[in-house]
Amino acid sequence: MSSKTEEPIIEISQVSHAYGSVRVLENINLKVMRGEFIAIVGPSGCGKTTLLNIISGYENPDEGSVCRRGKLSMIYQKDGLFPWYTVSENIELSLRHITKSEQRKKQTLSAIRLIALEGFENHYPHQLSGGMKQRVELARALSGESDILLMDEPFSALDYITRLKMRGELVTYLRERPRTVILVTHDIEEAAQLADRVIPMSSRPGSILQVREMTPPRPRSLTDPAVTNMVGELLKLLNLQNGHHVVNIKKGEDHAL
Amino acid sequence: MRTKLLPLLFVAVAIGLWSLVSSLQIFSNLVLPAPWEVLEGFVEEAASGRLYQDVVASLFRVTIGFGLAVILGIPFGLWMASQPVLRDMMLPVVNFFRNLSPLAWIPFAILWFGIGDAPAIFLIFIAALFPIILATFAAVENIPSVYFRVANDYGMEKGEILRKVTFPAIAPQVITTLRVTAGLSWLVVVAAEMIAGNDGLGFAIWDARNGLRMDLLVSGMIVIGIIGVILDRLLVQLTKIPGVRWGYEQ
Ligand SMILES: Nc1ncnc2c1ncn2[C@@H]1O[C@H](COP(=O)(O)OP(=O)(O)OP(=O)(O)O)[C@@H](O)[C@H]1O
Ligand SMILES: [Mg+2]
Repeated sequence: MSSKTEEPIIEISQVSHAYGSVRVLENINLKVMRGEFIAIVGPSGCGKTTLLNIISGYENPDEGSVCRRGKLSMIYQKDGLFPWYTVSENIELSLRHITKSEQRKKQTLSAIRLIALEGFENHYPHQLSGGMKQRVELARALSGESDILLMDEPFSALDYITRLKMRGELVTYLRERPRTVILVTHDIEEAAQLADRVIPMSSRPGSILQVREMTPPRPRSLTDPAVTNMVGELLKLLNLQNGHHVVNIKKGEDHAL
Repeated sequence: MRTKLLPLLFVAVAIGLWSLVSSLQIFSNLVLPAPWEVLEGFVEEAASGRLYQDVVASLFRVTIGFGLAVILGIPFGLWMASQPVLRDMMLPVVNFFRNLSPLAWIPFAILWFGIGDAPAIFLIFIAALFPIILATFAAVENIPSVYFRVANDYGMEKGEILRKVTFPAIAPQVITTLRVTAGLSWLVVVAAEMIAGNDGLGFAIWDARNGLRMDLLVSGMIVIGIIGVILDRLLVQLTKIPGVRWGYEQ
């Protein structure tokens, strides 16, 4: 399933950015359509978080511009839940626009049910596992009124099985309430399974290598040929074939990762 | 059970040894009063009402001095953290006073405030104020920026961010400092009363020493220690508030 439209909701034009003498982003151009799911993949340090910060308006690019047409919410790479709030209080943060407290409670409960955390409403984040915390973050970001969801490696701290489950939950959420998503991830398989367009980035300076379309509808099976093909292509593009990271490795030396 | 019984056992053995040494009369009573003399002295002080008055006097001074330090120190620490100019100007100054023993203020305390409540309150205030300012300031500086971003994302206003992010984020660290500084205040009040008091527990043990009443000296010391422990136990309750527990776990 894809809810992609032909109406641009984010336009990134000629964005370049540097921290001091380190050029982090170089000439990034991207038009994201309303309802589209974009996945950005790339090696660590290539500027993915920086790009999200620029898209969200938290940081201004040195050059170029970003145009947004909608309300934004973000899932951070690390610990975005307030540790002094319970699960329900954290989720309620995104329901602050609802003035009737009864209505708010009801929506919070249904969000908690959706992530299967009934019974944990009054637990604090430090009493939850990594996967449970991530689910709360997801529920909080998705129960709000935002049109655009920015996610910075939301599942990277989770084990493989939990990660697969979270992908499923995300797809379910988006089916109920479609939005535009930009997902940053290290996980090529995750990108291929979820996105309408996958964008591999190169490093130093970070720039867009290619834009790859994925046409089969979601949910996609991991064994779907379109997914496995895309994984193979991305591995090639990012120089990760055969389990060797061939960048920066001298010929003749065996540096299997 | 074990954590309650073992200390009691230790105290019982210690008092037993103390009694044994006393009944053998190895030392003069001026060096080591016997446990039963200390008990008699305690009963005498309690019956006369002097003990009660001294306890009230000391607790009063700590409450006012420490209370003022909290009321002024926490807002000042927050203010310092929010104003770069103020921070640059005041941080070295606060650090200096933080590292200056509060007892060094005793001469000025007497010169400025004479004898009685005021010099003791002043010394306690000085002792508690700077650690509280510094801890509040440092706690604010250490709040992960992601919390403020989340607060912004969900449309919190400035005042709301202060109440719903800054305060709860610094609470665990500030509470720990309150425990430490309350203990410090209790140490300081004894010293202050010994030198600049005419009542209070510190004055009482100094007076006992001057009157060669070692029994009253020891009973006074025991009362001071016990009240100190009780104060700390009371403040520990703050760390059990559900919204701050995260700061003491993991
Ligand atoms: N605030 C900053 N000041 C200076 N340099 C920064 C800052 N933020 C990021 N950088 C640098 O910019 C580069 C890109 O960082 P960024 O966090 O965007 O990478 P990333 O692709 O998100 O990496 P990861 O996958 O590890 O999260 C890195 O080299 C980093 O050192
Ligand atoms: Mg990152």
